[in-house]
Amino acid sequence: MKAIKYTGLVLFLIGLSIFTATLFLGSFTLSKADITEFTNSRNIKSELLQSKLESAVVGQQINSVFTFSSLTRAALESANQEHKNREEWDKVVWDKPHTFSFYLAKKAGSGYVKENSGLLWWLTFGLAIIGALLFILPNVILLGAPGIKNDGIYHKASTNRGWIAWGVLIYLVGFYLLLYFMPDYVVNWTFILDPISQALNGGPASQWFVYGFLYCTVMVVMGVRMYIKYRHNKYQVLRTTSVLFFQIIFAFLIPEIMYSLNMPGYDFKNAFPLDYDFFFEWNLDTLTSSGAIGLFILVWGIVLTLIIVPVMVYFFGKRWYCSWVCGCGGLAETLGDPYRQHSDKSMRAWKIERWLIHSVLVFSLVMTVVTLYCYFSGAEAFLGIKSQWIKDTYSFLIGAWFAGVIGTGFYPIFGNRVWCRFGCPLAAYLGMVQRFKSRFRITTNGGQCISCGNCSTYCEQGIDVRAYAQKGENIIRSSCVGCGICSAVCPRGVLKLENGPEKGRINPTQVLLGNDVDLMDYVNKSNPQ
Amino acid sequence: MEEHIVIIGNGISGVTTARHIRKLSDKKITIVSAETDHFFSRTALMYIYMGHMKYEHTKPYEDYFWSKNRIELKRGYVTTVNTDAQSLQFSDGSHMTYDKLVLALGSKPNKFGWPGQDLKGVQGLYSKQDLDMLEENAPDAKSCKRAVIVGGGLIGIEMAEMLRSRDIPVTFLVREKSFWNSVLPDGESAMLNRHIKSHHIDLRLNTNLDEILSDKNGRVRAVKIKETSEELACDVVGLTAGVSPNIDFLKDSKIECGRGVKVNRQLETNIPNVYAIGDCAQQREAIGLRRSIEAVWYTGRMMGETLAQTICGRPMPYNPGHWFNSAKFLDIEYQTYGWVFSKPLEGHTHFHWIHQDDDKCITIELNEKDRTFKGINIFGIRMRHEIFDRWLTENRSTDYVVEHLRDANFDPEFFKGFEKDILSAYNDHFGTQLQLKKKSWKRIFTTS
Repeated sequence: MKAIKYTGLVLFLIGLSIFTATLFLGSFTLSKADITEFTNSRNIKSELLQSKLESAVVGQQINSVFTFSSLTRAALESANQEHKNREEWDKVVWDKPHTFSFYLAKKAGSGYVKENSGLLWWLTFGLAIIGALLFILPNVILLGAPGIKNDGIYHKASTNRGWIAWGVLIYLVGFYLLLYFMPDYVVNWTFILDPISQALNGGPASQWFVYGFLYCTVMVVMGVRMYIKYRHNKYQVLRTTSVLFFQIIFAFLIPEIMYSLNMPGYDFKNAFPLDYDFFFEWNLDTLTSSGAIGLFILVWGIVLTLIIVPVMVYFFGKRWYCSWVCGCGGLAETLGDPYRQHSDKSMRAWKIERWLIHSVLVFSLVMTVVTLYCYFSGAEAFLGIKSQWIKDTYSFLIGAWFAGVIGTGFYPIFGNRVWCRFGCPLAAYLGMVQRFKSRFRITTNGGQCISCGNCSTYCEQGIDVRAYAQKGENIIRSSCVGCGICSAVCPRGVLKLENGPEKGRINPTQVLLGNDVDLMDYVNKSNPQ
Repeated sequence: MEEHIVIIGNGISGVTTARHIRKLSDKKITIVSAETDHFFSRTALMYIYMGHMKYEHTKPYEDYFWSKNRIELKRGYVTTVNTDAQSLQFSDGSHMTYDKLVLALGSKPNKFGWPGQDLKGVQGLYSKQDLDMLEENAPDAKSCKRAVIVGGGLIGIEMAEMLRSRDIPVTFLVREKSFWNSVLPDGESAMLNRHIKSHHIDLRLNTNLDEILSDKNGRVRAVKIKETSEELACDVVGLTAGVSPNIDFLKDSKIECGRGVKVNRQLETNIPNVYAIGDCAQQREAIGLRRSIEAVWYTGRMMGETLAQTICGRPMPYNPGHWFNSAKFLDIEYQTYGWVFSKPLEGHTHFHWIHQDDDKCITIELNEKDRTFKGINIFGIRMRHEIFDRWLTENRSTDYVVEHLRDANFDPEFFKGFEKDILSAYNDHFGTQLQLKKKSWKRIFTTS
């Protein structure tokens, strides 16, 4: 069994290495005709840019995307600079340089990866998936009988912030930096997935297609790990199935199919303000010009945020979204599960959490108000805030850095819910509903708590669950995503997630059940909190 | 000047007392401990060795908690208690005076005079120091080829689980004919025997330790078994044959001791202003069916809650409610509410149900004649403390309990319920025609 496991690990690492190595492969050539076709298709009016591109790349075979990128970006920037100096604003190309270069590289790329995408898929995705599964599946036997198996978590370099964890962090952060800020560098990955993209939506793969495909793949493989680890726990099994379903069907397949049908691609479960660009001009324009389906999406998006989300939170707590439906939650609960113990449980962290997450909520709302005002009034700014500036700032700081680079990249060191806990504006909104108007609670079972701390340790949201349980109090916290792991790891059956009557949901106590009933009455009634 | 309350022992009993005194008063509070700087959960020590948690995770309060609540912490080992001068002497020669003294001393592992019991590699598992010692004695399966555990109780099975988590072969010597059979009824105990063996623990029932054999360096090399004279080579011996109050240093004081520190129902010792709680307290007369010394987390906490009232001017007897307890045996959780004895008391009988998977069972103790519910042991299913506490107070019949068992279920959502199976087994056993009632939030939350 162990041999199979290690074989799997080796295969996975080979797959990952080839996947990484593909970035350095391929050659990039453009003819004059290619450039003309490109500038026409993108409606670029600058002849200067065209000639600069021609002199930079035409007639040579460039053997690295990095060189190709720097040449094309230099051409773009110098052309733009001259146009700006001459105040020829309509000739300036406003694309981000790396995005511009990505479009060109997509056209220019050739070589082994592009020509053998099927084989490369098997050597990268295929090997990594098979390897990971070989690494994970033997756990059915190695972990022994079903039950909580957290042995050795704090002894391993991978799960105890050791060198492996730091290595994973660096890889993940690097991945997100490339994906968000230097997409042209990962153009070879898109070549690997072009056939799959063609099949699904009729077009070549973008970097976002790579991300979506990878996201689903990682979730499925790590979902298998969840199924094995928590196979005794039906709540966990159903929850894992649910997040996989919503990720693959709603977040990935439906939008792709919609694209292929010439509709705007939309993730029907992605609620504003997590879906922060829902009210951006381009989206509103797309939706309003897409006929009935566009209108439906517009209405659905508003109803989802204003009615469906809070009503569901009232009945089931925010868990229905955060740990049963959401994609960010889905990744956190699968890929992130081995790191859940790293969330900071201190009072200080809780304080930072409340300031940060509510600031992001306010930020997203201010941005949306400004955007909508400008959209309807035609102004460029509202209350002195420029619409374009605030959208760009939010997208950069919150959308890319917080949700992506930090939110996922920092899993191995800061735990798997950094974004959900400190940053997600939707989680902040759901949290307020959960805290003040909901039937959901984690019930503490009378006086049975032994303060062992497993619940707090494995709470991915950094809630000091024990602090409540050892007082006999129910846990009512806005940040709780209802993953159910506290209840699963409790060795004494003290915690239960449930939806019950609102009355008595919050139950501060001083003396716990089991003691003298007169003392309990006396103390608990004379110290109402 | 506010009264100075000194509490010896920073376990759950002492810390609960301190917290509640602080809620009720501005008295000066000092907690003394020789074990650790801060309160930690003793029940969680096993999880540190197993790698589920680190020591810092076992501390229920952050370190700033103590100064914020003006609870002074003193690390030191008390050698002498002078009750005349109301003064403590520490091993480093320093002194501390008190106005009121709370002894929350905890326990120490029993040693029954086995030859070789003080050899290197022989240890109990109670304190943080014991844990550190185990880490040294049994870091992995390479340096510890086999461990032998002597004594089949809660700590014994925990220690076996710990060692198995590092793949160390374990032989588990149990004096009784079945695991923890002095407490658990036969059916449950037998199920646990099978469960223990399924975890590749070499369980030896009806087996006594004869002596522990030494190598030339004064380290354990083997144990000898009394019944067979078999020698079992091992590198570690765990002594887990129960615990007893940790009161040796009180021998020369005027505080009256038996097996523990003798206290009355107010938790007062024979000396005014000196109290004892938790594992170390011995009731002069046992309360109800309870033992006179209760070495249980929950009772320690309850004594602390009660004593704080007495110390703060509202004298009150220690008057615990219905008995409850819990444990976990490898993968099987255990809860108990009310009294279930290994053999039913006079006039009582047992109803036992076991699931075919051999990992879930219950035993109900009930009055033979009118079937009044007396208590329940539950393995592998979680049940609500509040509900059973109420049913016990209301003197419900077992018929009622079994019919309403869905109200009591505390398993996570979507778990399969076993109430139907239990009810039908009950109907078969007693010839009744009971029908299962639906779960009712209204009933569950009637009084809370």
